[in-house]
Amino acid sequence: MNNRAETLIPKIGVITDIRIDTPDVKTFRVLTPDGKKVFDHKPGQCAMLSIPGVGEAMFSITSSPTNLEYMEFSIKKCGCVTEWLHQAEVGQAVTIRGPYGRPFPVDDEFAGKDLLFIAGGIGLAPLRSVINYCRYYPKRYGKIDIVYGSRSMSDLVDYKEIVDEWVNDENVNVHLTIDREQEGWTGHVGFVPNYVKELAFDTNKTAVLCGPPIMIKFTLEGLSALGFDKTQIYTTMELRMKCGIGKCGRCNIGSKYVCKDGPVFRMDELDELPDEY
Amino acid sequence: MRKLSLENLNLAFASIAAKYPLYLPQDNSAGDAEYKKWEQGAKWSDKTNTVKSPKDFFFPQTEDLMAFQVSGKSIDIIDTRKESEDFVVFGVRACDVKSFEVLDNVFLTEPADSYYASRREHGIIVSVACTRPLETCFCKAFSIDPSEPAGDVSCYKTDDSLYLSANTEKGEALLAVISEYTEEADDAAVSKQKESINKIMDRLPLASLTPASFGGGKTKEFFDAPEWKSLSEACLGCGTCTFVCPTCQCYDIKDFKTGSGVIRYRCWDSCMYSEFTKMSAGQPRTSQLERFRQRFMHKLVYYPENNNGLFSCVGCGRCLSRCPIHMNIVKVMKALGGKKDE
Repeated sequence: MNNRAETLIPKIGVITDIRIDTPDVKTFRVLTPDGKKVFDHKPGQCAMLSIPGVGEAMFSITSSPTNLEYMEFSIKKCGCVTEWLHQAEVGQAVTIRGPYGRPFPVDDEFAGKDLLFIAGGIGLAPLRSVINYCRYYPKRYGKIDIVYGSRSMSDLVDYKEIVDEWVNDENVNVHLTIDREQEGWTGHVGFVPNYVKELAFDTNKTAVLCGPPIMIKFTLEGLSALGFDKTQIYTTMELRMKCGIGKCGRCNIGSKYVCKDGPVFRMDELDELPDEY
Repeated sequence: MRKLSLENLNLAFASIAAKYPLYLPQDNSAGDAEYKKWEQGAKWSDKTNTVKSPKDFFFPQTEDLMAFQVSGKSIDIIDTRKESEDFVVFGVRACDVKSFEVLDNVFLTEPADSYYASRREHGIIVSVACTRPLETCFCKAFSIDPSEPAGDVSCYKTDDSLYLSANTEKGEALLAVISEYTEEADDAAVSKQKESINKIMDRLPLASLTPASFGGGKTKEFFDAPEWKSLSEACLGCGTCTFVCPTCQCYDIKDFKTGSGVIRYRCWDSCMYSEFTKMSAGQPRTSQLERFRQRFMHKLVYYPENNNGLFSCVGCGRCLSRCPIHMNIVKVMKALGGKKDE
């Protein structure tokens, strides 16, 4: 018997709740078989979920560390493992290991700052953890602005929590937008990067971006035009992973591994790396 | 220093094999050397090195990681790990011994890989100095001395004797097993051999190769070099270089359905393959140029950046003799400025 610790050997988790967020996004609640939280994490960290025989994949932990009861994962249907999960029912066991990666610097660089979260589509999932963490400790942070956009009303992930909780949080300003006019939608219409420019945020904020590469690219340009410095902007990355601990060799951008040196990077750090992501 | 007459070599092998599984390079039917378990009558190959590196002993080409039983919605995880038994790898060259250090930096860095760690702790490495370095050898470029190999025991083979010197406790224990066949000796013959090996090394075609222009912090200098295009143009993406390379360590993890359960296994993978980084959301390295560049940037820039300047190449020369289109790290280093006096 090899008694050494081994991170590649997962734990068992059980799906105890499945919420349908959008036509292709579901949020899965995962607990240990005896109903406890599987492990603690920091905002922005990830976990490897697998279905034996189907595959293993890395997902951001969507729930906040301040949720002491369970973990949640908002997962878009787009590949083998995710399609399988979308067919799963409550009570289904999965394997889970982690937490992996460098979290958002909520205790140091974010402390005392006004925060601006900008997300597109499923890009809200990795930010939900840090948004709810910062909402939980309002005295540690300044004002929170959230710009969130999606293709349509029905593609807004976690819409219920946004309108029921975030909108009613006096410390939080929510700015929602959808790509095209839609019946029943009275909010803003237009792409996220343009909306960010229109909102003309004060440059004393720390910005956190997550979304499709094209959104990131144009939003960055918009923030730069407003006068934001790259040291004020953070993002969280995603590349193919197998081990989660910087050994299998595939999620590197230059000398950095997204699984362990990221997934959170500051924009000036990313600038030092080759443009290969 | 102990001295073993080559006449008694087989008796010594038999004594070791009685206590530990003993692996040593032997010629196969194709005339190439490969590591095989010693059995009575086995002959230690005269070849300078094996086709595949000995990284297999610690990081096997495929290995089972764990098993699962799945029934209905429930899953059981079965930890199938076993503690490795002590074993001896005999006849490892200086370059390959150094490659274990390169692999250690990956697999033993926290969180350590328990599969690798178990084998590494139980493996006893007996190295041997290279009396006949090849035209494809360039270990000296990476500060490796082929006349002075590391390992638990270092050996030096002359015409009639094998000189042995233990470097670790594991090595001392191994020499104790064959002490009845060895006698104390001075190192005069070994010193003479070192001199002659170093003279040969200086005359080899790759003697002037140096990695001095590479290293950590040089990503921007080399990443967009125009030379990558012509260097990678003929690359077939076959991955042979990564499979014979002693320091390539990329792996894949996959599941295999056995019919009654699932085995999760690990196997070697290659950054030269198009699927290596492919995601449902996209592909960061779409061309062979990008994949080719990744392999050499990793060995010459990224790895040293993360490992105190140590390069992830040991100059064994396997990729030089095995690449079907005759591309290799030496050509890459020369094209990008890795040659002295030019």
